[in-house]
Amino acid sequence: MNIALTEVLTEVLTDATLGRVDVRSLSVDVGLSSERFTALDHLDFTVEPGEFVCVLGPSGCGKSTLLGAIAGHVASTRGEIAVDGERVEGPHRNRGLVFQQHTLFPWKRVIDNVAFGLKMSGLGLVERHREALALLELVGLQEFEARYPAQLSGGMQQRVEIARALINRPHILLMDEPFGALDAQTRRMMQSLLLDVWARMRTTVMFVTHDIDEALFLADRILVLSRRPARIVADIVVPLARPRDDESTVAAEFIDIKRRCLALLREGT
Amino acid sequence: MATSLESTESRDLPVLDRQRSSAVLTGTPVSRSIWRCASLVACLGLWQIATQYKVSLGFVTMANVPAPTEVAQAFWHLLHSPKLPMHLFASIMRVLVGFSAAAMVGIGFGLAIGRYRAFEDTLLPSLEVLRPVPAVAWIPLAILMFPSSEMSMMFITFIGALFPILLNTIHGVEGVDPRLVATARSLGTRGLSLFSEVILPGAAPSILTGLSIGMGTAWFCLITAEMIAGQYGIGYFTWESYTLQNYADIVVGMLLIGGLGMGSSVLVKRLGLMLMPWYRLSEARR
Repeated sequence: MNIALTEVLTEVLTDATLGRVDVRSLSVDVGLSSERFTALDHLDFTVEPGEFVCVLGPSGCGKSTLLGAIAGHVASTRGEIAVDGERVEGPHRNRGLVFQQHTLFPWKRVIDNVAFGLKMSGLGLVERHREALALLELVGLQEFEARYPAQLSGGMQQRVEIARALINRPHILLMDEPFGALDAQTRRMMQSLLLDVWARMRTTVMFVTHDIDEALFLADRILVLSRRPARIVADIVVPLARPRDDESTVAAEFIDIKRRCLALLREGT
Repeated sequence: MATSLESTESRDLPVLDRQRSSAVLTGTPVSRSIWRCASLVACLGLWQIATQYKVSLGFVTMANVPAPTEVAQAFWHLLHSPKLPMHLFASIMRVLVGFSAAAMVGIGFGLAIGRYRAFEDTLLPSLEVLRPVPAVAWIPLAILMFPSSEMSMMFITFIGALFPILLNTIHGVEGVDPRLVATARSLGTRGLSLFSEVILPGAAPSILTGLSIGMGTAWFCLITAEMIAGQYGIGYFTWESYTLQNYADIVVGMLLIGGLGMGSSVLVKRLGLMLMPWYRLSEARR
């Protein structure tokens, strides 16, 4: 690991007390007048600083709405969300967001995509490129800095997305099925990479997925949502040791929790 | 699964058909371009024969139509005449001024209308009413409105170019992926930088299409305006040739108009693609 990277990482290592999420009796209605429906119904949970939480639920149950609400893009109808004690009222650079695919700016080169958050906070070109390069190194893409997103594979694009979200040193990283569009092999690689990055940066992660294996492999804790309107049907702690690898996915505990999740999802749908 | 298979088949089949039939006629790309050139030459030949024998079908006659050879002669003559640069300069200036004004107004209003409902509700109704009026229909009113005929012709050019640019800009802004906007805002973007960093580049391909179409309509409108109100310019030259019975010059004027219109549209497209090197890449992946 070179000097620049170590430097950035020490800066990046967020305060261990930051990144707490409090969701209190949150309800969200979405859609226009006649087609309005309740997507989230009285959700209550807390995410501790540095925790890796997966939100698991059937397709279309409102997982993304929950993430959008915490990001500040979706207004809550009732109840409230607070991050580090501050009420969420709109998007903020402390809450990084990663979507499934194609949300890199196609007109910016990889390095400028990653450096974008720093440009928005007024940092000079040289400095922001230096930090962006260090983050690209963190996700193993430093040689691709001058490419355009369209010149990268899907997996590489997602790595750039992660680097771009991390450059602002978010207290919480919100990920909306970020690996959903990747093939199985790339997806497992990306999961390991994400855990690796997370182990170094210790930011809070909320990760939405409908893939049970993915949730189990990644999470400290899994929130299982029901079908629409979404309620929390289970809050499961994943006691698997870290670092995790392919072996972890055949451990007895893993299979055990997987069986439980399968049953919950079946009931929910 | 079955339906998706069907749809790919129906999409591919015509392509296969085309390839097969073109292979029968020509084959390799080189012989295809030879074939295309031959077609052009044949057209010129037909034109020459029709004018030489003064072909007349009763309802249409070639008796007064100049032959290609006469046109070539007239063109050669015009190339050495001091009138040509004068006419060219007059037309190009008018198009430049009218088109640039249309680009500024069209892109500016388009960004605002596409992004803010208040602008849409305030500006779009009157623009929608004016839109179906062809720019050429503005000519009499424009002559009344502007004391200088130069200004009135630029105005017609402006009107002609405005709507394609405006509508394509609005379309482009509305087509910007909301997730890109959400991502930018989560990364700390606010206010005007959202426009300069996300909305404008996101709408750029569509704006470029609008500019390219607008350039074509600008020439079309200018030529008409020049025929009615001009004293110089390619449109005026063409109409003057008719009134002076220099029939070969009419066709020379027509060809110049076509060349200028096509040339400037290509120029707009080229410049745009030069400014958006990423665009070709993302198109290729789609």
